[in-house]
Amino acid sequence: MQQALKPALESGAQFMQGRWARILPVLLFVCVWQVLAITLESKTLPPPSAVISTLWHELRTGDLLFHLGMTLRRVGFSFVAAMLIGVALGILMGNSKNWDRLLDTFLILGLNIPALVIIILCYIWFGLSETAAVLAVTVNKIPMVAISLREGARAVDKNLLQVAHVYRLSRRETFFKVYLPQLIPYLFGSARNGLALIWKIVLVVELLGRSNGVGFQIGSYFHFFDITGILAYTLAFALVIFGVEALVLRPLETYLNRWRT
Amino acid sequence: MNSLTVDIRRKAYPNGCCAIENLAFAAQPGEFVAIVGPSGAGKTTLLNLIAGLDRKMEGSIALHSEAALQLAPAIGFMFQEPRLMPWLTVQQNLEMVLAPHARAHQAASLQDLLALVGLPGCGALFPGQLSGGMQRRVALLRAFIVEPDVLLMDEPFQSLDAPTAEQLRVLLQELWQRTRPSVLFVTHSLREALSVADRILFLSSRPSRIILDFAVDLQRPRTIEDLSVQQLHTSLLDRYPQLLEGRITPAQEKPPSGTALHAAKA
Repeated sequence: MQQALKPALESGAQFMQGRWARILPVLLFVCVWQVLAITLESKTLPPPSAVISTLWHELRTGDLLFHLGMTLRRVGFSFVAAMLIGVALGILMGNSKNWDRLLDTFLILGLNIPALVIIILCYIWFGLSETAAVLAVTVNKIPMVAISLREGARAVDKNLLQVAHVYRLSRRETFFKVYLPQLIPYLFGSARNGLALIWKIVLVVELLGRSNGVGFQIGSYFHFFDITGILAYTLAFALVIFGVEALVLRPLETYLNRWRT
Repeated sequence: MNSLTVDIRRKAYPNGCCAIENLAFAAQPGEFVAIVGPSGAGKTTLLNLIAGLDRKMEGSIALHSEAALQLAPAIGFMFQEPRLMPWLTVQQNLEMVLAPHARAHQAASLQDLLALVGLPGCGALFPGQLSGGMQRRVALLRAFIVEPDVLLMDEPFQSLDAPTAEQLRVLLQELWQRTRPSVLFVTHSLREALSVADRILFLSSRPSRIILDFAVDLQRPRTIEDLSVQQLHTSLLDRYPQLLEGRITPAQEKPPSGTALHAAKA
């Protein structure tokens, strides 16, 4: 580490551009946490070392992977469904004033009804089932995607659509080569917000009416007042989120924006 | 058979303002027609109507294809801005306008065509990496590779510096002589019109109609700097001093060296 730090610290600007600018604050945070936990010796603040060893234990027994897998599956289904429906609604409303008028009230309603209300109603109407859980999360997310994509659809450059029209592009080609690329910033915006929101809602859904998943596990740890367990699952969760951001979203975004100079 | 017959009785803007009234002309296959008129004369509106981008008008517009089997005549359109898709490479921008079955055997010749328009090896670049003049070369090539029956051009070389615009006009004439589409070239510059066209239609200001249909009898190739172009420009404006403001009021008796086919009364 000494050797890695030396060149990086040669100039402040160089340091801020390097990866240590990301890593160092995290290390510092963990150190402060460890010191606080040792000095306070409180049951409600376990040291990071304990959290990591619990995480490791849960990982080896397979519990963590099972519950994380269940949660990820629900996140995946709801995310895909919400994006598809939300994008379709957003494009529809951005392009047609009539559809916009017809659906706008529901959009505002959907945006503002508390997630908890939708979750409880879904469980009551459709039973404590997997379908009800995924449906509740999807319904919560759709309005946000639709709002963002409606903005995008309104901002689409008519001049480029004229090019597609003059050169007789098929509807399919017009959509994928002329229309959709203009929506990409809006798609990424709502995908990021979407994941952030869906993670949170999925956990509540699991806490309320499922017998597996990270939300269910955190609920059980809460009953036993097992803070270490809660933090271990939270940490696992955070790692997954960083993984998705670093391995999927950011490379995809860089690839799709490669034409911007 | 004409490749293009335009007969617009009336075209109003959505606000009710009348843009075009009783404007009629026909273009022969392979004819290079320039349309000159004051700004706001509805020149862009006219091209949009011909291209089918705007269909709200009274009257008729008919396009005919040379190839009898072809269902709809192909149109090339070069807009005021290059209007390339910034997220597609130059090559993809060109392939996009080709019919899917034509893409495979056009792929190799696209390289040659890019070299022909002075952009050798630029196929993999994105439009944002090209200069304004280079982007227009791509837009020009895009208009030609669909092998159009009618090529519409809406002040395509405006906002370019004079030498670049001249290079592009020369390139346009080279490409036009290879495939000979009918061209409608809208411009507000009489010099530019004289340097490229066989025939110039002068428009009045709004509501626009044709005030003068003028045949340009000059040798090709020509450039905007040619003495003959300069002379014709001077003599035309001597004869009709208010021509570019959209009014035709003869000033002198001396006719210009070109032939006025018909001059409507102002």
